[in-house]
Amino acid sequence: MSDKIAIQVDDLTVAYNYKPVLWDIDLVVPEAVLMAIVGPNGAGKSTLIKSILGIIDPIAGSVSIYGKPYKKQRQLVAYVPQKGSVDWDFPTTALDVVMMGTYGSLGWIKRPGKKEKKASLEALEKVGMLSFKSRQISQLSGGQQQRVFLARALVQNASIYFMDEPFQGVDATTEIAIINILKELRKAGKTVVVVHHDLQTVPEYFDWVTFLNVKKIATGPVKDIFNDDNLTKTYGINYKVAVNK
Amino acid sequence: MTITEYFNLLFTDYTLRTITLGTAVLGAICGMLGSFAVLRKQSLLGDAISHAALPGIAVAFLITGAKDTNTLLLGALVSGLIGTFWIRGMTKKTHLKSDTALGLVLSLFFGFGMLLLTYIQKQPNANQAGLDKYLFGQAATLVESDVILMLIVTGLALIVMLLFWKEFKILLFDADYTKTLGFNTKFIDITITFFIVLAIVLGLQTVGVVLMSAMLLAPAAAARQWTNKLSVMVFLAAIFGAFSGVFGTAISASQNNLSTGPVIVLVASVFVLFSFIFSPGRGLLFRQLRFRRNRRDLQLKKTLQFMFGIVETHENISHPHAIKILNNFQGFAKSSLKEMVEKGWISLNGQEWALTQKGFEEAQTMFDKKDDNE
Repeated sequence: MSDKIAIQVDDLTVAYNYKPVLWDIDLVVPEAVLMAIVGPNGAGKSTLIKSILGIIDPIAGSVSIYGKPYKKQRQLVAYVPQKGSVDWDFPTTALDVVMMGTYGSLGWIKRPGKKEKKASLEALEKVGMLSFKSRQISQLSGGQQQRVFLARALVQNASIYFMDEPFQGVDATTEIAIINILKELRKAGKTVVVVHHDLQTVPEYFDWVTFLNVKKIATGPVKDIFNDDNLTKTYGINYKVAVNK
Repeated sequence: MTITEYFNLLFTDYTLRTITLGTAVLGAICGMLGSFAVLRKQSLLGDAISHAALPGIAVAFLITGAKDTNTLLLGALVSGLIGTFWIRGMTKKTHLKSDTALGLVLSLFFGFGMLLLTYIQKQPNANQAGLDKYLFGQAATLVESDVILMLIVTGLALIVMLLFWKEFKILLFDADYTKTLGFNTKFIDITITFFIVLAIVLGLQTVGVVLMSAMLLAPAAAARQWTNKLSVMVFLAAIFGAFSGVFGTAISASQNNLSTGPVIVLVASVFVLFSFIFSPGRGLLFRQLRFRRNRRDLQLKKTLQFMFGIVETHENISHPHAIKILNNFQGFAKSSLKEMVEKGWISLNGQEWALTQKGFEEAQTMFDKKDDNE
């Protein structure tokens, strides 16, 4: 972690019709942390990421990345959506999906060339998927699909990574492979924000955490704020007591 | 006229050539753009748009009193676009699912169109007849200027598609992600949809309101079966579409002037049926064959493992055993033993079998092997 602020969210409010999904969120994330967003189902975790990235329009609030509005800083931000959000029967290969990560820096009309292909192959290698590069994406397992998505974000060479449940439905090997890559990113000074469900692994994987349940309950270093008090406030039950009953 | 005569006439008869060229170009553009509709899971959008175009034709006639194709198709384009934006608006602004919105717009516009058509037919105007040809299309009315218009639009669609290929592809696969990369997804989306509407409107004269969506979907669905590459799929869909147009016209012209639109659609459906059954990767036939072969393979391996279990404890692996002891095991059959001999896994001697060195090694390493594809 450094003293620089990577992400700053002010007064963010999102509503579907009348029901608020996110209420007045203020959030400051320092540079070079690995942060988990935790909270119950329907707490607005994915919505928070999506509204920061401009996929969902908030009714109020602003987002700045390294002190400037998000829209001007897009090239610093990469996104890994939920695996289930796309149709994996789409006629394309693993390498082709990773190449999509280069489209943003290419801009309109220009096609990816040798440089982009090389970067994409390197990203595939990093996630241990190089030998699958020509595989039709529907023939990949869930864990492999997740790795391809991660590679697509890596090739963007961003400073900030947002990931929506990257550990959902993947086996232990993939989970470890992914978390090791995320830790490497942090070491390289990147900031990683992950929507996470498994409370057991939070202290082991992450150094920063945000508790969310429509409102922001708490945010800060795991060692300081990952405690019974905040878990109870977020989930409505005393988590440790309920588990060990 | 037989089909052979038709293809001979194709080079001499001006009208026939015009019509054939028209249906071929129409098939090609519909196949090309239909691929995008199918991959966006908007298969029914084409159906809704084509039906939504009908009132536009009627209104254009009522306003201008003219019956030339371009005026009427301009009306169709306008009302088709209005229908499309209604569908988009409905799914965005209300809780209605897209199939509900599509169904509503389709029936509402089509109903209104039919109402206008019957009203027009009651008018004391000699000019009114023939508007109902837009219901099922009439390829025979295609003239050179229609075909030129089709060629221009197809060329335009091709240029736009090649220019924005990368943008089209990524939007089809992952729209949210595309947005985070800074692309204006609304612009890409509207461009694709606009060309789909344009293709549909162009086809109304030939194939008609009711069957138009099949022109869009059938070639694309057939093409998807043959490839796992988007560019190949779009190309194949265009080819299938063009062939459907040509063969459909040929059949309809040679068989006592059967209605061309339905024949073209039927030919396209034959392409789909053929592809569903015979395509090597996804086709039903080869999938079934692969399935059987794999099951047979597994049966052999199971028998081999059973033999391995018996032999394992012997010092001499090729010590003969009675075939009888395999009897209580399901995987055993005379034919499978024969196949195992052919593979060199075992040797048979009268009523006895013995594992060979090769069979022993095969059984030993069976589970160590990795997937061939990896």
